[in-house]
Amino acid sequence: MTAYEKVTAARDVKKPTAVDYIANMFGDSFIELHGDRRFADDKAIVAGLAMLYDTPVTVIGIEKGRNTKERVERNFGQAQPEGYRKALRLMKQAEKFRRPVLCLVDTSGAYPGIGAEERGQGQAIAENLMEMMALKTPVLTILIGEGGSGGALALAVADEVWMMENAVYSVISPEGCASILWKDSAKAPEAAEALKMTAQDLFDLGVVERIIRQPKTEDKAMFESLKLLISRTLTKNLSLDPDVLTEQRYKRFRRIGTGHLIT
Amino acid sequence: MNIFSFVKPKNELENSDDTKQNVPFVPEEMWTRCPKCNTMLLTTDMEENLNVCTGCNHHFRMSAAQRVELLADEGSFCEHDASLAGGNILDFPGYDQKLEKARKNAKESVICGECLMGGVRTVLCVMDADFMMGSMGTATGEKITRAFELATERRLPVVAVTVSGGARMQEGILSLMQMAKTSGAVKRHSDAGLLYITVLTDPTTGGVTASFAMEGDIILAEPDTLVAFAGPRVIEQTMRQKLPKDFQTSEFVLQKGFIDAVVNRQSLKPTLIKLLKLHGCREEKK
Ligand SMILES: [Zn+2]
Repeated sequence: MTAYEKVTAARDVKKPTAVDYIANMFGDSFIELHGDRRFADDKAIVAGLAMLYDTPVTVIGIEKGRNTKERVERNFGQAQPEGYRKALRLMKQAEKFRRPVLCLVDTSGAYPGIGAEERGQGQAIAENLMEMMALKTPVLTILIGEGGSGGALALAVADEVWMMENAVYSVISPEGCASILWKDSAKAPEAAEALKMTAQDLFDLGVVERIIRQPKTEDKAMFESLKLLISRTLTKNLSLDPDVLTEQRYKRFRRIGTGHLIT
Repeated sequence: MNIFSFVKPKNELENSDDTKQNVPFVPEEMWTRCPKCNTMLLTTDMEENLNVCTGCNHHFRMSAAQRVELLADEGSFCEHDASLAGGNILDFPGYDQKLEKARKNAKESVICGECLMGGVRTVLCVMDADFMMGSMGTATGEKITRAFELATERRLPVVAVTVSGGARMQEGILSLMQMAKTSGAVKRHSDAGLLYITVLTDPTTGGVTASFAMEGDIILAEPDTLVAFAGPRVIEQTMRQKLPKDFQTSEFVLQKGFIDAVVNRQSLKPTLIKLLKLHGCREEKK
């Protein structure tokens, strides 16, 4: 697959969305929690508590919706400040109860709207980055589709970041990049190649730790093995001293890309 | 028809009603036209007024070097990591040439170092619009991170002056990662009980807004500064609707509650010194 074919696959509406992952891995144990306690409940972000075998976890996913009606309701998976603030509220709550956090990311980006700007989209994302870096409980993020820029990163300051084999993660969409740099959004395939946004590229750059085989919605066994993998990682990190854990998380991000700097 | 209408700079001068009369002949290059109020300003006058229009208070952009001169006590600035630079890590088409061109203006999109500000030792980070519109690349993020780490270690306050078009797309995901890295460094500095003040200047957008620009204990901005995550063009394209007047200006974000104050350039340094002293930062003995 070319980079742009991966982009297309990552955007495929038939692939499982965050709620599919939650239903397949946590079933009835999931209970959704709503609202940022400040302004509203952002439906682009679905969050709550669930049992991961015998460990309670906080699960936060960006949800694009599975059909047209849902997609409209979920704002096509483009979160607003209140969505990021809801996520942060529940992460701080997870820290309080020393519950691990699992984030499932699938977004073309944070919502670029008037209201979102008025309510501090930049500030909301910035606060998440800062607070997640120091969150004294394990955080694992899985990119299950599109990882669009700051809107994805706002849920991806984690101890480990994993990617589905057909997921992409980028600072800008290939269309946006092509239209800014080459004044031609039709050159998106070239931009996708240049941006190095596939799971393999990002693994090679040290930005993700693991590439996961893409499950289909009905593929129960694959979700089960993913669940096992998640459980092992979170349990391992839960046994670490919280200060050691946050130090490792900081170093993880501190390292990325620095090997190429010229001093 | 006005015969000067095709000679642009002169035309502006000839047509501007209030300046035409008593202006003695001065060569064109010594004039700057204010884009806000169209007043023709004598370049020397304007520079004396810190690049602010004497007619309407429009704040022109300043270079990073001018900013350092404005804020640091004379001769006190000592640059850190001056030679630190990034390269074309992803082998992005055309980036080498862009870097080469940008490096004629500056070394990277941020200058970091320490200085005295009203005698108070302060770590100062100043972004540079002349380097790829202040875009944040790996070296930018690294310099800012190191500045915060140093400030944390030596228990110094940080003042950051931002100007940025956002993350540098030619460095792909690695530029995005700088948002997390710098935020982590700010957090550690903050958790150590130290003061961080940001000064937003025009324009502060994208990944810089969504990271260290918005993470200050105190956030100041110059008048009429664009402060945005998604810039107005992006929103207009997506929404296909006209934006309200003054949307995303510093006055607008002040009213919405996201910054502490809009400060004129003339009072910026005194304001910063006042804030530093209110946080117990002391003047160094001479
Ligand atoms: Zn003016």
